[in-house]
Amino acid sequence: MLLIECPYCGVRPELEFVYGGQAHVARPGSPAECSDEQWVEFLYLRENSKGIHAERWRHTHGCGRFFNALRDTTNDHFLATYRVGETPPPAALERAAGPRP
Amino acid sequence: MQRFSGFSLLRRGLSGHRDWQPQWRKAQPKAAYDAVIVGGGGHGLGAAYYLAKEHGLTNVAVLEKGWIGGGNTGRNTTIIRSNYLRDESAALYDHALKMWEGLSQDLNYNVMFSQRGVMMLAHTVHDVQVFKRHVHANRANGVDNEWLTPEEAQAVCPLLQTDDIRYPVRGAAFQRRGGTARHDAVAWGYARGADALGVDIIENCEVTDIRRDGRGAVQALETTRGLIQARKVGVCAAGNTSVILRMAGVRLPLESYPLQALVSEPVKPIFPCVVMSNTIHAYISQSDKGELVIGAGTDAYTSYTQRGGLHVSSHALEAICELFPMFRRMRMLRNWGGIVDVSPDRSPIIARTPVPGLYVNCGWGTGGFKATPGSAHLFAWTIAHDKPHPINAPFTIERFREGRLIDEAAAAAVAH
Repeated sequence: MLLIECPYCGVRPELEFVYGGQAHVARPGSPAECSDEQWVEFLYLRENSKGIHAERWRHTHGCGRFFNALRDTTNDHFLATYRVGETPPPAALERAAGPRP
Repeated sequence: MQRFSGFSLLRRGLSGHRDWQPQWRKAQPKAAYDAVIVGGGGHGLGAAYYLAKEHGLTNVAVLEKGWIGGGNTGRNTTIIRSNYLRDESAALYDHALKMWEGLSQDLNYNVMFSQRGVMMLAHTVHDVQVFKRHVHANRANGVDNEWLTPEEAQAVCPLLQTDDIRYPVRGAAFQRRGGTARHDAVAWGYARGADALGVDIIENCEVTDIRRDGRGAVQALETTRGLIQARKVGVCAAGNTSVILRMAGVRLPLESYPLQALVSEPVKPIFPCVVMSNTIHAYISQSDKGELVIGAGTDAYTSYTQRGGLHVSSHALEAICELFPMFRRMRMLRNWGGIVDVSPDRSPIIARTPVPGLYVNCGWGTGGFKATPGSAHLFAWTIAHDKPHPINAPFTIERFREGRLIDEAAAAAVAH
C-alpha cells in the first residue's frame, strides 16, 4: 500500500484516497464547437506515461479534497503532491530528471 | 521438429528422456524480415505462428524484451470463456474458444485445455438481471451459457457457500464450454510451432525506437540487439503498448494498471470448475498441480511496476474465504502482478494504425488470455491482408472517434 502526502492533511495510507486519473486534462471551453478529434482527446486519450505521471487523487476519507501528484510509474515513488491550481514544484521535476531514487 | 506422440514419449522414456531437442532455436536477429512481431507472449507468438502457417509469411521474427511468456501470458489466472454480452464480442471470444478446442492437436503440444465450466456468481438483484441478460444474449449468439439457481450452483461446486454470508449467492451464469488451459504451454506450444515453420524467436531484445520512411511508413526497428528492417510490424505488447506506439507517434486510448494473482500451496483435487464473482472481486480455480489459482482486482492507479498493493490481494482473499470457508486456513504460496492495458470500453483493439505497416493488438485489459488463439489468428490475418478480418473489423482505434464503442465493462471479470 502506498503512503500518500495530502497537501492539506499530511501523509496518510492509500486506503484513505481515491485515484482520479491523469491531472491537468482541460475540459473543452465550448463543447459545441469541438471536433470529433478534440472529443477523443478529452474523453479517451491519456498519456499513460512510463515514468513521471501527473495525476489527481482525492483524500476521500480525510479532508475530501482533490489534489495533484507527480508519481514515477516505474517504481510508484511520489515525487511531489501539490494543490489544485498549482503547477508542479520545479524541484520535484528536477529530481525526476536526475537519477532515480 | 520432434513430434510428440504416445509412442515417441515411450521410446524416449526407455532412454531416460535424454534425447529430446530444444523446443525452439535460440535465433540471432537478422538484418531484415518481412514482418516483425513485438512482444513474445501468447498473442504475439500465436500471430507469428499463423502468419507462417496460414499466410505463407515465414521470414518473420518475434522480438521479446525479456523471456517468452514472461509477461501477462505467464501471470494470468488461465480462465477461458466466451460469454460476452455484445454481438461483436461474442463473435470474437467464441472464435477463440472454438480454436482452443482444437489447439493441442493443431500445435501437437498439450496446452491442457480443460472445459470444466466457468461459473459467474450473482449476489444482488442487479447481478441477477445482468447475468440473465447475458445468458439470453449469449444463446441468441449461439454461445452456451445457462442460468443456475443457488442450489444448482452448489450441485456443480459443492464447496460454494451460498447463504449465511454477507452477499448471499442468488444464482449464477454457467458456461460449460469455458475452463482453463496451461498458460506456459500456450506460449511454448506456439513458440515451438512458429519456430518449426521458420520464425525467429529473439529473446532479450527490446525495441527502443521505430524508424519511418519519407511517407511515414514503418521502415525499421531499433532494438537493444541492433537495427532490424521490417515493412510490417505488429505490436502485441500488452501493458507496454502505449510506450511502443508512442515511438511511431501514435497515441492510443489505453491506460496500464497492475492486476494481481496468487496461488496457494498445492492440495488434492478439490475444486471442480472456475468460480468468479465480479461483485465481491475474486475468482478461483485449481491448477492441475493442485494450487488454487486466485485472481484479484486491479490497483486503483496506473503503473508499470508489475506488483500491486497488498490490500488489493487481501481483499480478494477475504471474498474467497467468505465463499469457501474451508479455504480459510490455507496458505498462499506466491503472489505477483502483471500490467494490463485497459481500453475505455474494456474491449480490445486489433487493427491497423494511422502509420502504414504498423499494426496493433492491445486493450485486452484484464482478460486477454482467453482470447489468445483467436486474437493471434485474427491479428495475423490483419497483418497479412493489410485490412481487418470481418470478426475484428469492429475492434478499431477509430471506434472511439465514431462513437461505436463495444462496452464490455459488465463482462470484465474485475473492477477497473
